[in-house]
Amino acid sequence: MKHLLTTEGLSAAEATAVLDTADTLKQTLLGREVRKLPTLRGRTVLTMFYENSTRTRVSFEIAGKWMSADVVNVSASGSSVGKGESLRDTVLTLRAAGADCVIARHPASGAAHRLAEWLGSAGTSVVNAGDGTHEHPTQALLDAATLRERLGSLDGRRIGIVGDVLHSRVARSNVHLLATLGAEVVLIAPPTLLPYGATNWPVRVSYTLDAELPTLDAVMMLRVQAERMHGGFFPSAREYSINYGLSEARAALLPEHAVVLHPGPMLRGMEIASAVADSAQAAITEQVRNGVHVRMAVLYHLLAGEEGAA
Amino acid sequence: MASRSRGAADAAGERELLTAADVARTVARMAHQVIEKTSLDAPDAAQVVLLGIPTRGASLAVRLRDRITEFSGVRPPCGTLDVTLYRDDLRRRPTRPLEETSVPDGGIDDRLVVLVDDVLFSGRTIRAALDALRDHGRPRAVQLAVLVDRGHRELPIRADYVGKNVPTARAEDVVVRLDEVDGSDGVLVRGGKA
Repeated sequence: MKHLLTTEGLSAAEATAVLDTADTLKQTLLGREVRKLPTLRGRTVLTMFYENSTRTRVSFEIAGKWMSADVVNVSASGSSVGKGESLRDTVLTLRAAGADCVIARHPASGAAHRLAEWLGSAGTSVVNAGDGTHEHPTQALLDAATLRERLGSLDGRRIGIVGDVLHSRVARSNVHLLATLGAEVVLIAPPTLLPYGATNWPVRVSYTLDAELPTLDAVMMLRVQAERMHGGFFPSAREYSINYGLSEARAALLPEHAVVLHPGPMLRGMEIASAVADSAQAAITEQVRNGVHVRMAVLYHLLAGEEGAA
Repeated sequence: MASRSRGAADAAGERELLTAADVARTVARMAHQVIEKTSLDAPDAAQVVLLGIPTRGASLAVRLRDRITEFSGVRPPCGTLDVTLYRDDLRRRPTRPLEETSVPDGGIDDRLVVLVDDVLFSGRTIRAALDALRDHGRPRAVQLAVLVDRGHRELPIRADYVGKNVPTARAEDVVVRLDEVDGSDGVLVRGGKA
């Protein structure tokens, strides 16, 4: 792998290799006094975030540091972006400054692809840490890692993705990755929050949450992304919450072994009830913990091997 | 096992160094040497921990542990130590998959760690293992047991227990086959001189 831009097109073998590496890293670091590996000593990783983020940026930074890479954070505010520098000039500047890997989040869908084009196939790697409403591949990988841990395997499992699919890069990345790994994906959302192309995805679509819950092995609740909503997608927050929120009563419909996921940040009381988010079925803090190991694995696969070896 | 004629080169340019029976005898001898050198059955002896380097070193460590238990009555803890993340040649090869690391409960602090590997060659794997050990704790001492020492060291590293010393040409391959991994036991030298 040179870049990690999407989970669409990622083969089952590649995805499994990253997930296995993440598992091994987790085992290796478990209970150790020194949680640092020398593997990426002398490599420089830059995070370039044009959108707010807590867990993604922090876990990439921790992942890089635990692998002994030098991690530098660039944010849009406080950098030359504020003076009007273009994305292309910014990334070429970062490469010139010595970046071996650029981890980018940008509000425009396709931004990571453009970065990868500008940087070419030699030298600096690009990791997409979320581009608009397109993809967020490391989130899908950490969700898959968490599900593998809880359910054993993804093969033949039924995973429901619930809520604002339209604006969710997490949903897109998960649809492709989970399907590649053999899971059956059900999108559950009001018709206004489903994208036009969803019928071409390897998924089934449903509009009623209650009917689906009893058959799901895992349910992934999405945040309602008010900041991307310009127009009326549902009558009121209260109505959305009543129809598509994971209340305690609704969580009781899930099979006992089912896992509740949320990519965060959560809007408690909106798409997920506080008691459900804190229940034993929820794997939300495990998702964050696995995020560090998955991102270490991604950096390992992108940066540790021979230069030019695919 | 058809070819028992040790040292005879066959058509593929292979010569057999150790047969399955030789491997069993060699491991048994190494077990005796570990018991003797560490005196692990003495009441005040340091606690010995065996750590095998995957893949075949891990299998060898388990065999060595079983023989040590059989001969001394003491069953030292046994684990695995993957050194991939500590290698100095990562950037010269395609990305390697990681293997399992499992340090026995009780850790390695103040223990006598015996690293176990199949072949000792350049010494770089052992260098990586020493670095990896440092991140897991501070052993009282570290020793090294290898089934085959084939020479060509590139670092000042030597083994404390050697199953067989084999002078080889650099271009040759030493192939260790173990039942747990390969379905049968044996050691071959392949390729190199015509």
